[in-house]
Amino acid sequence: MAALTPAPIAGDASSAPTRRERPRAWRVAVLGLAALYFLVPLAASFWFTVDDPQGFSLDAYGQIFSAPGFASSLLLSLGLAVATIAVVLLLTLPAMLAVRLGAPRLRPVLEVVCTLPLVVPPITFVAGIGTVLRFGPEYLATTPFYRTIIALQNPDFPVVLVLAYVVLALPYVHRSLDAGLRAIDVRTLVEAARNCGASWPHVVFRVIVPNLRSALAGASFLTLALVLGEFTVARLLSFQPFPVWIVYISGSQAQVSVAVSLFSLLLTWLVLLVVSVAGRKRS
Amino acid sequence: MSRPASTASAPVPGRSRRRSRGWIATAPLLAFVAVVFGAPLVVLLGGTFVRQGRFTGENLAESLQGAYLTALIGSVKLSATVAVLGTVLGVFLAQAVVASRLREAVLTASGVLANFGGVPLAFAWIATLGNSGVVTRVLGLGEHGWSLYNFWGLTLVYLYFSIPLTVLVVTPALDGLRPQWREAALNNGASAWQYWRYVGVPVLAPSLLGAVVLLFGSAFAAYATAAAMVGTTVPLVTLQIANALTGNVLIGHENVALALSLDMIVIAGLVMAVYLPLQRRSARWLR
Repeated sequence: MAALTPAPIAGDASSAPTRRERPRAWRVAVLGLAALYFLVPLAASFWFTVDDPQGFSLDAYGQIFSAPGFASSLLLSLGLAVATIAVVLLLTLPAMLAVRLGAPRLRPVLEVVCTLPLVVPPITFVAGIGTVLRFGPEYLATTPFYRTIIALQNPDFPVVLVLAYVVLALPYVHRSLDAGLRAIDVRTLVEAARNCGASWPHVVFRVIVPNLRSALAGASFLTLALVLGEFTVARLLSFQPFPVWIVYISGSQAQVSVAVSLFSLLLTWLVLLVVSVAGRKRS
Repeated sequence: MSRPASTASAPVPGRSRRRSRGWIATAPLLAFVAVVFGAPLVVLLGGTFVRQGRFTGENLAESLQGAYLTALIGSVKLSATVAVLGTVLGVFLAQAVVASRLREAVLTASGVLANFGGVPLAFAWIATLGNSGVVTRVLGLGEHGWSLYNFWGLTLVYLYFSIPLTVLVVTPALDGLRPQWREAALNNGASAWQYWRYVGVPVLAPSLLGAVVLLFGSAFAAYATAAAMVGTTVPLVTLQIANALTGNVLIGHENVALALSLDMIVIAGLVMAVYLPLQRRSARWLR
């Protein structure tokens, strides 16, 4: 270690990023190790999928698309994602606008409510849901709720997963929208539009939403990534969206399952990269 | 009636109408959370204390004994290991790039990798260092008794998303370390070690502890990666809950899963409770 670092010349070094230094040995070492650690598993996984007794082959990737259940599980995941995004935005956006405009005393309540799902691990949440779904019918057999509980668990489109995913997505959506709302002066925009005679729907859809475009897109993409990767809730409620299907297929075809993993990684990374780049541009 | 000044010019009827609208617009969200999130938690809490129709503490007692206690301790140990290692390694990585040209690229990559977990992560590592993984075969690790499916293997895999998370959390704090502080310390004759010991680390401490708590929480709650990787060879509380939920318990002991869940929530809640005041304290330095 360089114990006697010469003092950097004190200029206007108020912002750290402008203070570029000569790469030192320890930095190079740290970066090299990090690159090794983060890149080797990806490279090795790719090698695992294309390694064939006859040499190089992309067969595993071709087999993904013909594997039984691929299309239906991926479609199910995408459908769940779209429904989750719609519900979570419809619930949170009006509430967050309202606490900024009309009910500021509810703002801390909303913050706590939207952060709570972070404290409760998903597996404990699903333990609760499972119990409700199991014992609900016993107590509700004579009421209309009985049919509702059965309908929630329709394996073709399990609404109960949408409900659970909305809860899991709340913290991320709240954080993203909160950052977006912070950047614009909601009150002034709304009052200006209202004074010009705009109706409330007009204010929300023509004034607020366009100003929140990047925050809404960020929230949607984060939710999409969450739903495409969610395993715990779906597995323990015995549904088979995409991530559960990957484990199912891994039992019979190891190469294909790794290929699918890489495929779903690329999918998720693309989504998250969009969020990340958009987020950096905004800030 | 303490309304912000900016609406003082609005006519009175409009004001009262807007307030009632405000209530109404938050109602769907609050009602939704109360039903979808609240009901399962209430059932969880209630079910913990019920066994075969009786009100009893047996479930909770059983969840703190034998294999279940081992699993709880195993989860806490794994999460704590990942949290400490992930924070230390992440801080080194963040400090290495914070003032370099790679900064933006590393932050973007971290944003992506930190969200990455679950089954695909497990399979990528199995293909790399599993029993027939590529690196295992190339380096002949199998003969040396290497196995990915144990405590340290899981730690290695969990660090893959924990280190990027740390980078994201501590980079703003590292930006907050003014170069002038370092210059002042060095000009007064401090060594680099003394600078970090008496200036750098104390200023960073709240963010570092925040990172530890976040990593602990995410590793503690992780289920998919562990389930796809180790099955049940490493005792973890999430695996035990899943086992119990899928009917793998003695008849009449089904609610042990609920008791275990309650234990988890209590532990996660206690750890998170440390984080919130810390975050407020570190916010003071990061302006």
